[in-house]
Amino acid sequence: MRRGPSAFNIAAITLGMGFLYLPILLLVIYSFNASRLVTVWGGFSTRWYASLFQNEQLLAAAWVTLRVAFVSATLATVLGALAALGLVRAGRFRGRTLFSSMTYAPLVMPEVILGLSLLLLFVSVGLPRGFWTVTIAHTTLTLCYATVVVQARLVSFDEALEEAARDLGAPPWKAFVLVTLPNIAPAVAAAWMLAFTLSLDDLVIASFTSGPGATTLPIRIYSAVRLGVSPEINAISTLLIGLVATGVIAVYLLNMRRRTPGA
Amino acid sequence: MNAKPRLNIGAVRSSFAPWADASAKPLVRFEAVTKRFGGETAVDAVSLDIYEGEFFALLGPSGCGKTTLMRMLAGFETPDAGRITLAGQDLAGQPPHLRPVNMMFQSYALFPHLSVAQNIAFGLRQQKKPKDEVAARVDEMLALVRLEGLAHRKPHQLSGGQRQRVALARAIAPKPKMLLLDEPLGALDRKLREETQFELMALQQRLGMTFLIVTHDQEEAMITADRIAVMRAGQLAQIGRPAEVYEAPNSRYVADFIGDVNLFEARVTEDGGDIIRLMSPEAPDGLEAIEDDEVPVGSTAWLAVRPEKMRVHLDPPPPGPNRLEGQVADIGYLGDWTTYLVELPGGRTIRAARANASRVVERPVDWDDKVWLTFAPDSAVVLTR
Repeated sequence: MRRGPSAFNIAAITLGMGFLYLPILLLVIYSFNASRLVTVWGGFSTRWYASLFQNEQLLAAAWVTLRVAFVSATLATVLGALAALGLVRAGRFRGRTLFSSMTYAPLVMPEVILGLSLLLLFVSVGLPRGFWTVTIAHTTLTLCYATVVVQARLVSFDEALEEAARDLGAPPWKAFVLVTLPNIAPAVAAAWMLAFTLSLDDLVIASFTSGPGATTLPIRIYSAVRLGVSPEINAISTLLIGLVATGVIAVYLLNMRRRTPGA
Repeated sequence: MNAKPRLNIGAVRSSFAPWADASAKPLVRFEAVTKRFGGETAVDAVSLDIYEGEFFALLGPSGCGKTTLMRMLAGFETPDAGRITLAGQDLAGQPPHLRPVNMMFQSYALFPHLSVAQNIAFGLRQQKKPKDEVAARVDEMLALVRLEGLAHRKPHQLSGGQRQRVALARAIAPKPKMLLLDEPLGALDRKLREETQFELMALQQRLGMTFLIVTHDQEEAMITADRIAVMRAGQLAQIGRPAEVYEAPNSRYVADFIGDVNLFEARVTEDGGDIIRLMSPEAPDGLEAIEDDEVPVGSTAWLAVRPEKMRVHLDPPPPGPNRLEGQVADIGYLGDWTTYLVELPGGRTIRAARANASRVVERPVDWDDKVWLTFAPDSAVVLTR
């Protein structure tokens, strides 16, 4: 009957996509601007990318960010996978609903509140703010995301597979390693990727919990912008967007892959 | 159970009957095993012996506790009371991976990330068997289930019937003392299921392995098993050879669960040794059945008659006991069988079935025909519960 999208559909999609991606597109285009003036086009150039790699402050911030993202994503994935296992496997224990909603709560909790409460915690236990406080804070932030991703896979995982392994002579831990883990691996990898990307571009929580010597890239960019937008910032932002986009696409592909074989 | 030598019941493997031998030691013994889930009793003080080399079926509707009973034997559930022994050894506290029984799961539970050969080798690897021995056993298993060419396929590249055979080979490969099959043929279509039933039976005979099958499909249990335990609400309703539970059910539940049955509620009027006479408003000339057990006169009993033991007459047979009168309400033609639904004057419908032994029938029974139904006294079973 109706072939293709209507004029209304096209308009809606164009408008929505424009809202989402026009600012980003603009930033990417201006990162290749030859002019020092950010809003005036002065021809194509990659000079800001070259000068970026001479800017030690930015490079140091990028290195901190990557380390924080790597460690916090790994911690969040391990803890999140364990939480997911507990939620899916333990059956109905007292307070299960409370536990599972508490796992999800940080998903909707305002980041400012989370950042502030973490700051209060670190101050009260006397933990000097730096690399580890940001990392712990990011683990807290991304843990619930990792839990949700792994849990979704575990719910559809046939527990009989693990029982079959035990029945065939594998002790419980071995059954988990030989059978369960390989089958939930795509979800675990996706959870790690998601946690990594979330940590990479977080500004709010990092600004509460980081200290001297642990300035992350988003903080550096934000403070640089307050002094005026420089084309270098555009360049590093473009790189950051590229990294995050790669992560998101990887998560998507990993999720696709786990759905195709339906044994 | 209710043995009736005079009726000569039992056909399959009649020489194989270790349960009738008082000196025979069972391979598996359930002793008053009880399992509760929350407030529900899933298995209620079940005692059961299964013998070496036997093909034993646990039959019952879903939720009757048959799967729980099997899972307790495999070690996935722990009995709340009672004892399970395997070859004389108490299994209590033994985790599943140390029990010498293997299970074939209802969903097959094939490891999706491993190939067919790796799936079959899984149990052997856990036993730390040398590599060449594992390879030889895998080849042997592949040949046994006729999957030689598919060793390197992944489970999702197989058909349902092939997956079923991989699951079977995987469970048999480590040479368990006993194979547990949880609804093994439930996922197959009808034709394949029938073939596989006979294959399973042949395989069990060839391996000489003890099989325990859990099923809700009475046909599956009847075809494959040496003995059937009919379960109801966590308890054993009856144990016996397929022909025993079919021809000599011990209760209305068993008579009704296995096959079709016509039940007549009647009052016992006379117990003449072998012959028991009953009165029912549905049979004006009375009912008669051959029964060894004593039934108190005056009590209420039920007469069970299978549809295929009902004879359909278009002309009135001579008056006498076991004679019913009615009108054909419906005819179900199945090809090999025809089922007639005959409405009695009281309004109840009785089933009669006839094998279509010849292609042409001289005087076919038609809708709304007035018919008479009769059955022999030794075709009826008197049930008191």
